[in-house]
Amino acid sequence: MMSTIPLAAYLILTAIMFFAGVYGFLSRRNMLTILMSLELMLNAADINFVVFNKYLYPGQLDGAFFALFAIGVSAAETAIAIAIIINIYRNIKNIYVDEVSKMKY
Amino acid sequence: MAEQIIFYVLAIVIVVFSILSVTSRRILRAATYLLFVLLATAGLYLLMGYQFLFGVQISVYAGGIMVLYIFSILLTSHAGDNAKKVSWKKLLPAGFAAVAGFALCGHIIFHNVYKVVEAVATEPTMKEIGTAMMGTGKNQYLLPFEAISILLLACIIGGIMIARKR
Amino acid sequence: MMSYTLIIVVLPLLMFLFLGLLGSKMKPVVAGIIGTIGMSAVTLLSWFTAATYFFSVGKVGETFQAIVPINFEWLRFTDKLHIDLGILLDPISVMMLVVITTVSLMVHIYSFGYMKGERGFQRYYALLSLFSFSMLGLVVATNIFQMYIFWELVGVSSYSLIGFYYTKPSAVAASKKAFIVTRFADLFFLIGILLLSFYSGTFSFDALTAPTGSILGKTITDTFMGWSVISWAMMLIFIGGAGKSAMLPFHIWLPDAMEGPTPVSALIHAATMVVAGVFLVARMFPVYYFGAPEVLTIISYIGAATALFAAIVACTQTDIKRVLAFSTISQIAYMITALGVSGYGGHEGLGYMASMFHLFTHAFFKALLFLGAGAVIHAVHSNEMDSMGGLRKYLPITHITFLIACLSISGIPPFSGFFSKDEILVAAFDQNKFVFASLYISAGLTAFYMFRLYYRIFWGNSNKVYKHTPHESPVSMSIPLIFLATLTLVVGMIPFSEFISSDKTVFHTHIEWSIASMSILVGVVGIVLATVMYRKENSLPDKIATTFKVLYTSAYHKFYFDEVWMFVTQKVIFNGISKPIAWFDRHVVDGFMNLQSTATNYVSRKIKFVQSGEIQDYAWAFIMGTVVIISLLIFI
Repeated sequence: MMSTIPLAAYLILTAIMFFAGVYGFLSRRNMLTILMSLELMLNAADINFVVFNKYLYPGQLDGAFFALFAIGVSAAETAIAIAIIINIYRNIKNIYVDEVSKMKY
Repeated sequence: MAEQIIFYVLAIVIVVFSILSVTSRRILRAATYLLFVLLATAGLYLLMGYQFLFGVQISVYAGGIMVLYIFSILLTSHAGDNAKKVSWKKLLPAGFAAVAGFALCGHIIFHNVYKVVEAVATEPTMKEIGTAMMGTGKNQYLLPFEAISILLLACIIGGIMIARKR
Repeated sequence: MMSYTLIIVVLPLLMFLFLGLLGSKMKPVVAGIIGTIGMSAVTLLSWFTAATYFFSVGKVGETFQAIVPINFEWLRFTDKLHIDLGILLDPISVMMLVVITTVSLMVHIYSFGYMKGERGFQRYYALLSLFSFSMLGLVVATNIFQMYIFWELVGVSSYSLIGFYYTKPSAVAASKKAFIVTRFADLFFLIGILLLSFYSGTFSFDALTAPTGSILGKTITDTFMGWSVISWAMMLIFIGGAGKSAMLPFHIWLPDAMEGPTPVSALIHAATMVVAGVFLVARMFPVYYFGAPEVLTIISYIGAATALFAAIVACTQTDIKRVLAFSTISQIAYMITALGVSGYGGHEGLGYMASMFHLFTHAFFKALLFLGAGAVIHAVHSNEMDSMGGLRKYLPITHITFLIACLSISGIPPFSGFFSKDEILVAAFDQNKFVFASLYISAGLTAFYMFRLYYRIFWGNSNKVYKHTPHESPVSMSIPLIFLATLTLVVGMIPFSEFISSDKTVFHTHIEWSIASMSILVGVVGIVLATVMYRKENSLPDKIATTFKVLYTSAYHKFYFDEVWMFVTQKVIFNGISKPIAWFDRHVVDGFMNLQSTATNYVSRKIKFVQSGEIQDYAWAFIMGTVVIISLLIFI
């Protein structure tokens, strides 16, 4: 069956999702919301992989597997990041990024 | 026809909720919006015919990671708290970066992606995925599989070490 | 042949190294004995060399040949230009070997008694050996650059020896003054050497002075401001010699150099180092005569003026060593003038022969005068004439030898000074009447001030009461005095022209009694005048001093040359040249460096806010950077 949705539509969609994530990363105060924006970015990239796999390399599975492993890695990384944030919370009792800016001039 | 409608519904859901997620000042609401985005993404995978990926996305992302986020939000802040209003001095560069990047990507897309690609709808079966995952030949992913299992092990141990109570 | 002459030059160097490095480990007397033994060996060897050279191997026909026992290349600049080190045996260098080693040996023996008990006795003997080495190397140099190297070495030894009592500020200042003034003159010397070697393509004396050699054999037509470049080169070389030999206006260092120990003054500043300039002109004489005759004229005028000037100043000085210093300046000026008025070849070269003869005799009687003055100073512990008088009762040996030396320098026959001075006057009379007049008047003044000195020390206030009775010097000091006095009596008889002449060909001279009687006359007049004024204490000198008050005061202050030089160096050079350059160095050169560091500091302070520590700032930079680079790649 032929697909009627143009490739460009998927790409524009993921672009919007990705740059929304960028905006969120750069403008949020709470570390957890920053992490959530990071998840947005990762998901956008995963969709891209799958889309390219479907439209440009239909017979192979490389893109899907890449997205699979990316999901796995992202899960692991999120776990560790949250562990660190919990540690920070224990030390300074809040999790705002402007409080942890000691490595500066 | 049906495909297009589903696609546009999912697309709108993704766009709206992702923007809401990054601009909402209440953290739990942001987390919820993110959950919706993830679910819609899973829907997209299903639309494209990758059922296995759909399942993985739901179970890992929406089911595991989001729960983790909710836990940590509740652990580290009083849930009803509103975040302070961020000054526009900080928002401006962020917005600028986002818009600039989007413009660049849009430019690239419109100049290079010029055809409606006719895709052959081959939905990969579980059997194919299984053999590909566990195979050692070309295009087969046993080694990354083992590697990611080690990564997960390291992650578990690391997480415990970092976050244990002293 | 004659390669044993290498020992003459090298042995003093070994003595210096030995005594310098190990001197503090041995008792002073031992160091002195070792130094003296070394020097005696060298002296005997040089007498032997002189005997061999002058009487057997040197002479071929009627001309003396230059023998070069050793000459090896040391430093090569280009194919033709290289610095050699070697030994050149030639009538004047062999004569100088004899002079230097004899006087040095006398000083070595004398210093046993004079420097007894002084701190640094071993260092003193080491430095004496160093000086001997340098001076010997200078006179046997085969090429002009080797001579320059040893020239500078002599300057260093002189500096070390003048500043021997380094805890005395005046001695330190005097040694610095000597070194700086001579070094300044040596700058011109070096420029002259470079000019000369550029045009001739060689440093070697052989090639430079040979009649068909590089300078005289070809016609060099480059000129600079009206004079040929060869004249400029020779003039500059003469200026270098003038610095070392204390000619006007570079004479200022020699009176101050009397701060050194008296034996040092005897060796360096009377007999040997100060004649280095005369020796240099004599060495290069063919080039002077054929290539730059106008420079010779200038040399004779400078010499004549210096002789007269120094003689006038010496009449007023009260420190006995200063009187002798000015006397030295005057006598060296005689030698230089004699070279200046000399011709070339046989009897024409009388001035050359006379100059070398006077160098020979002057070395002995001037050393005798200084050593005698040292004995006097040793006895009364003071340099000033006012604290002396009537010493003939207490110091008989010193008295007699001093008198012999004074008679010699005043030109009374049959002492040696008469013969050499007479030849100079004859040469000047034939050439230039002004120069002759100046030398003639200086001769009279010389006799006057020398006998003024003699009477003030040994006669004068005959009943002077001394706090400590002056005693005669020990044997080690008297023996050199007696030896040198004997030489002074005898060497006048040597028929010098049989050995030294301008073109190395022997000729015969005889005493010209017309000039000779004039010179004896003026000497006697000077002696009589001094006797009248100083033999017994009277008020005549003071009355004359007040009558000619202005002349007397300016002569007493050495005609203010020191003040003029001080003005030139301080106001002109320091303020005009050094201060701006120092300012430039401190503010522009250093300032540039400081500016770089200040600028770096400033820039870093301005941009350090980039490291804000905020994660989102870093992420923003990351993202924007990526966007910019990709845009650049796509659009350009």
